[in-house]
Amino acid sequence: MAGRGRGRGRGQMTFNVEAVGIGKGDALPPPTLQPSPLFPALERRAAPLPGGEEGEYMLALKQELRRAMRGLPYFVKPGAPRRDIERYSDKYQLSSPVDSAIDWNPDWRRLPRELKIRVRRQRKNRTAPLVPKQHVALDKEETIKKLESLEKKEEEVTSEEEEEKEEEEEGKEEEEEEYDEEEHEEETDYVLSYFDNGESFGLDSDDNGDEAVY
Amino acid sequence: MTQAELRLCSLLLQEHFGEIVEKVGNSLLRTGPRPLRLLVGDTGLLPDQVKKALCVLIQHNLARYEVQPRGSVEYEARSERILRILRYPRYIYAAKTLYGDPGELLVEELLLHGHLSMSRAVARVADRLTETMEDGKTVEYSEVSGTFARLADTHFIQRCPTVPESPRSTETPLPPAPALAISEKDMYVVPRPSLIGKGKRRHSCDEEDEGERKAKRQKREEGTSEAPPDDGIYWQVNPERFHQHFRDQALIGAVASRTDQIGGEVVRTMLRMSEVTTASGASHTQPLSSNEIFRSLPAGYNIGKQALDQYLALLADDPLEFVGKSGDSGGGTYTVSILWGKLSVTRRPGASRTSPGPSRCPSLILLFLHRFGSRCARIFRLLLRKKHLEQKQVEDFAMIPAKEAKDMLYRMLSENLVSLQEIPKTPDHAPSRTFYLYTVNVMAAARMLLHRCYKSVANLMERRQHETRENKRLLEKSQRVEAILASMQATGAEAAQLHEVEEMITGPERQQLETLKRNVNKIDASENQVDETIFVLESFIESTMKRP
Repeated sequence: MAGRGRGRGRGQMTFNVEAVGIGKGDALPPPTLQPSPLFPALERRAAPLPGGEEGEYMLALKQELRRAMRGLPYFVKPGAPRRDIERYSDKYQLSSPVDSAIDWNPDWRRLPRELKIRVRRQRKNRTAPLVPKQHVALDKEETIKKLESLEKKEEEVTSEEEEEKEEEEEGKEEEEEEYDEEEHEEETDYVLSYFDNGESFGLDSDDNGDEAVY
Repeated sequence: MTQAELRLCSLLLQEHFGEIVEKVGNSLLRTGPRPLRLLVGDTGLLPDQVKKALCVLIQHNLARYEVQPRGSVEYEARSERILRILRYPRYIYAAKTLYGDPGELLVEELLLHGHLSMSRAVARVADRLTETMEDGKTVEYSEVSGTFARLADTHFIQRCPTVPESPRSTETPLPPAPALAISEKDMYVVPRPSLIGKGKRRHSCDEEDEGERKAKRQKREEGTSEAPPDDGIYWQVNPERFHQHFRDQALIGAVASRTDQIGGEVVRTMLRMSEVTTASGASHTQPLSSNEIFRSLPAGYNIGKQALDQYLALLADDPLEFVGKSGDSGGGTYTVSILWGKLSVTRRPGASRTSPGPSRCPSLILLFLHRFGSRCARIFRLLLRKKHLEQKQVEDFAMIPAKEAKDMLYRMLSENLVSLQEIPKTPDHAPSRTFYLYTVNVMAAARMLLHRCYKSVANLMERRQHETRENKRLLEKSQRVEAILASMQATGAEAAQLHEVEEMITGPERQQLETLKRNVNKIDASENQVDETIFVLESFIESTMKRP
């Protein structure tokens, strides 16, 4: 019987509304039929931000920090996607981020073993004083080693030693690879960033096939 | 972890460490500790990328790992530490005010790199300082390591847990992950490596270029041939100590506004004396006798012993109980009460939104209520004082007409800042025979406000990123123009040419850039401001929860 008065009279509620303060005949706010607006109107403007030296300095610090963090190696960028074929210019282009190498040198003793990936040696630390003489001597050593290893490969057949050699070769190849790149990097007279591999060259010339070429 | 916190954490990670780290962090935060394979499957990234991201997170103390009994390693993200990234500028500024430029740069380097060994940190900071000084002067490593030692002594930086040095025999297999541990007393011990040697070597080769190259080569050789003398000892920033420092500052500000600056100084001295002797989470400092305080006052303030005693008595009698008297030996011993809850009733008449300095938690809520109007704030304060009030009583005490009072109360009720408490007169809870009392549940209100703060910081960050993205083309163009200008100036171009290059950015574009810059600055400053509020609220909630 108490509930049958639904709709009659204005909003019946389960508790005595007078106690809460809604007197008889008072106008209640209209019922809300839609979600509240996304940007409700501001009744009062917010007070101005604190200016002053401290505030400005902290603002500068914050922006500086953000900028610095983007440049550090901790800002992990996804590796450059592999192009469809290997191009000659790839050797000369400035290195792009690589997925399988980590750009900084963490202390691996403090991290779980499963997280270890190859550390990419920082290129900018390779300083000029790599004396060419050393390099020639090492070159000889490299070739001698390679010859020896090839000989060994012919003579011996056991799997263990093959494994060993594979590791050695891999290691040497890595060194060699890095070494060769280094050598090329140091020796070219051309500025590496200017290298244009000519892909965009031939595209425009198709339009002017009529005119004579002088 | 609320949705707002999760969103804020992922925004922070994305802004400072990139998308990959954000994805990994997100996955860890949402689903809890997991091993590596599950992470790789969950995020859909390459395994190498996930490994890199985990290394970054662990390096910065944002995640930790644990070896499970079955041999797998589980990784867990630390959300509270990720939220601290917002506060880094404040830490750096505090270090600057306390220890000057070397301190500032040391803390900055430690924050940028997560953890560093002392030798590397000192070397980097000294190099940076030398760059900014005039030609011919170098900053000695010993100077910077002195600042480092002072930071460690006052516990602002601490050692990271180290690998245990058990002698490994070749039979026992290596555990998949080292179990790092450090004892409390070792945490602030500074190793004394011979850093003076490096400084001397740099100093001797004084010509700039040659010196640099030689130093570089020496460094490279050193890196490859020998490990630095403090190998394996890493240092990190201790955020708890910085929070203590901020709390002390707020306290001193409150005291200074109640009495005067000298009162503030007295309390500052007392706090400084008990900096390292107070356990974190204690509600009072150790008792200090007034003789000790008198001796430790800074030299500039020559107030007499009597004046000091008067100040102490005044502070001890203050109803807000900042300082309590705990005994009479040595001319009276006093303690400072450092619990946030105690500071809960400080009021600042006519406080505007901008100064959370000496305001305490419910006062912050008052500031929030300024959004609704000062009368709402009056009602709220009244409810805080009187705890439970009926509708009629609220109208009477606050001297606000009934209609308006009702309106404000309902708005606050809908925001969950006040709640209704039923007190039945009869066992059957009949509505006509029940008292309905309005009351404020401070903890709930504080938590709600904190949640709103997280949401607002996340919104601010998104808006800032949106603004930057919208104007990306313009920003890039202006950067290019600046680069061209700089190179032209270096090669000595004429004013006309420089002017021509400047003209490349048209008037409206310039205005657009100005507006963008102003907006971004405003948003950044607001983020800092909200972070201060977050700090107060978090400390309040934490300290109130700790009290049994």
